[in-house]
Amino acid sequence: MADVKQKPFITIGRQLITPLLAIATAMLITVPIIGFTLNWDWAKVAVTYGGLLDGALFKQYAFANTLVSAIPLMFTGLALALGFRTGVFNIGASGQFLMGATCAVFVGYAIPLPPLIHPLVALIAGAIGGGLWGAIPGFLKARFGSHEVINTIMLNYLAFFLQDWLVKNPMKDPSPTIVRTPEILATAIIPRFYDRLHWGLAIALMAAYGVGWLLSKTTFGFELRTVGSSPEAARYAGMKIGRLTVLSLTLSGALAGLGGAVQILGVDRAMPVLYSSDYGFDAIPVALLGQNQPIGVLLAAVLFGALRNGSDVMQLRSGGAVSKEVIFIVQAVILLFVAAPAIVRWIYRLKLPKSQLETAPLTRGWG
Amino acid sequence: MSASLSPLPALSHPALEAVEITKRFSGVVANDAVSFSLEPGEIHVLLGENGAGKSTLMNILYGLQKPDQGEIWVGGKAVRLDGPKDAIQQGVVMVHQHFMLVPVFTVLENIVLGVEQTRGQWGQLGVLERAKPARQIQALADQLSLQVDLNAKVGELPVGVQQKVEIIKALYRGARILILDEPTAVLTPTEATELFELLRRLTQQGLSIVLITHKLKECLAIADRISVMRQGKMVGTVYPQQASESLLAEMMVGRKVILQVEKPLMQAGAPVLQTRRLVVWDDRHQPAVNGVDLTVCAGEILGIAGVQGNGQTELSEALTGLRSPAQGQIDILGQDQTGASPRQLIEQGLAHVPEDRGKNGIVKTYSLADNAVLCTYYQPPFAKKGLIRPGAIARQATQLIQEFDIRPANPRVLAGSLSGGNQQKLIMARELSRGAKLLIACQPTRGVDIGAIELIHRRIIAARNQGMGVLLISSELDEILALSDRIAVMYQGKVLETLAIAEATRERLGCLMAGMVQS
Repeated sequence: MADVKQKPFITIGRQLITPLLAIATAMLITVPIIGFTLNWDWAKVAVTYGGLLDGALFKQYAFANTLVSAIPLMFTGLALALGFRTGVFNIGASGQFLMGATCAVFVGYAIPLPPLIHPLVALIAGAIGGGLWGAIPGFLKARFGSHEVINTIMLNYLAFFLQDWLVKNPMKDPSPTIVRTPEILATAIIPRFYDRLHWGLAIALMAAYGVGWLLSKTTFGFELRTVGSSPEAARYAGMKIGRLTVLSLTLSGALAGLGGAVQILGVDRAMPVLYSSDYGFDAIPVALLGQNQPIGVLLAAVLFGALRNGSDVMQLRSGGAVSKEVIFIVQAVILLFVAAPAIVRWIYRLKLPKSQLETAPLTRGWG
Repeated sequence: MSASLSPLPALSHPALEAVEITKRFSGVVANDAVSFSLEPGEIHVLLGENGAGKSTLMNILYGLQKPDQGEIWVGGKAVRLDGPKDAIQQGVVMVHQHFMLVPVFTVLENIVLGVEQTRGQWGQLGVLERAKPARQIQALADQLSLQVDLNAKVGELPVGVQQKVEIIKALYRGARILILDEPTAVLTPTEATELFELLRRLTQQGLSIVLITHKLKECLAIADRISVMRQGKMVGTVYPQQASESLLAEMMVGRKVILQVEKPLMQAGAPVLQTRRLVVWDDRHQPAVNGVDLTVCAGEILGIAGVQGNGQTELSEALTGLRSPAQGQIDILGQDQTGASPRQLIEQGLAHVPEDRGKNGIVKTYSLADNAVLCTYYQPPFAKKGLIRPGAIARQATQLIQEFDIRPANPRVLAGSLSGGNQQKLIMARELSRGAKLLIACQPTRGVDIGAIELIHRRIIAARNQGMGVLLISSELDEILALSDRIAVMYQGKVLETLAIAEATRERLGCLMAGMVQS
């Protein structure tokens, strides 16, 4: 029987070991690749990796910029994690992020409001936009049983083209030379407090705390988690599965939408066509690497932000020989390892503790 | 016990012998130096609770698993089994509890599947040879006086016949030693008797049979010898003439067991559950429950007997709000609750021990404490203003753990890591803890060890004595007979008859379970 008096830090250590080994292994795999592109000139290799570290952490303002890159990933990562914990695989964070950004930018430039109120309203508009975009596949799943993976992907495309049309037509900046929305009013800006780092970071931390609080402290969160862990048991216990499914996708969408709003108000301040969409997809490894725990997601987002920023300097220092896309290999390998932790356990001959069930929290497939 | 027992007169080598088999799974010893021998022509019953190591031993004998230590002997020669293929080559064939038949294939096709012969030189693409195998199979069946239509689709045959197909399949593959895993679990008493007669005929033709079971009665009825396993060890081997149910139970559990539950006479009160002309569809929109009238009164246990798959599952789902009835009415505590949601029924005073405890009854990844309040998590004292109160939940769990002797006695362990018996005790504890008036208990002791069965049975009786109405759905006839005040027999979606416990004999119930109504 399970050793029931486990010390808490041992449990935390167990939770950390797989992601940490995944990251380490992924980094290790890049060594021969970078070595090959640099003709095994180890001095250059060292310089290249130095560039990665400098760009991510040590150069002036590098860490602040890493955090700036991490903020949108924090929101979309939380959106995915909330979905995974409640039994839905929300691949539509991209679309929801985009809808949130679109709503926020509209409130930002078109509706004059006093300071403080203005960003608040814009953020709420972003959350609502993303939430509604998430509610649609939620409703389709609850009502007709159609799988959310398909529908969220479809809605991504709808969001891309809707945004494209909006930015080129009704929301276009009056100036004929630039194809983007007008800049948001000064009252709507989320201010910066250290270099480019803006208060959106605080909002992300609050969102992470809120997700953790909702899931672990409230009866509503208990219901959401139960539906995620065992829909049959949830039904048996008298929970309304359909309603909870819609709500979990709505909340997930709202988090992604909030991320889009924060990115507009804190960083970009206007929305061009083809507004960034990879935050929604990078969110999948972020959530998985973070083990679907809010703190884990925050840390994983910072790591991904660091890789993103570090890779620019890395490419530069290697004289362009090493393409910055090398970090995609890192991300892909991390994703592979955290999605199939058995591989990591096999490589490092780790034993699954007896007490621990092989839980499959990621997604329940196509059921 | 085993040491004092002399083996059968050793005229020849044992048909099958396991010598000092040891098998460990990540630290747990599933088989600890287990020895087992099967004489030619005998029926040797292997008895033990879930997790005692029976299945591991049989899987090793069938080549599905490799022993860490020990040897396997077939007909006096040590053999190495790297897979079921090797075992079959040695004449050892296993008939699994869940049949390995293709429902849309005919009996003939199923029997030849995997060893089929083809006509002509086309190799894999040749035409399937039917006539010759058909003659061989017919000859086999005739020898055993079995009547099987070789051209019938297996899916359309009764379960009892499907099992015979499995046995013929084994014989067609040249089986000399049959291993049967819980063969009576899905059979009516009549079918079980037929099966035993068939097994007897097989042994007369020189086959040797290992039969795995946890049912004491049938074990005494059929066995030539009985070997009992407990916690990975062979406890002993006895002849049925020397054994009794209580002796076997004691060997299985390792302590004295009270098999009979004391049940004081009770005066039944007002009806707590009534159904009128209830019709419930199964997933394929066929009526699985077809016009059922039932009444359960306060302070009585109504047992629903019947072979699995005669509508019991759909009936229980309809009564607990998990499936909406197609027609008819359900009254609970005198109020019409047809089509009510599970939540409404729970709040009305329904307790439900679901049939599939792993799927419905518990959330395996939740702690024991969270599972203890799975249905009442939102009510005070477990929640206040939408916030969970972990302290109150932990206190409740601790109390239930004590009352029902759930092990390990730690509210924080994951429910999925509990044994089946402890999971069931947890569900029972939860359902009986909230002062419900009606208990619907479906297969409450399926796959549960004897100790837990004892406790669960006592608790059900105690609940009844306190005035709870109980609907007990079980395919274990012994359980129904031990607990019920009245017994309704379900057959093909209908209640054929409802008998008072005094007039319910095993034979009569057996007939009803097979669909035969006495005129």
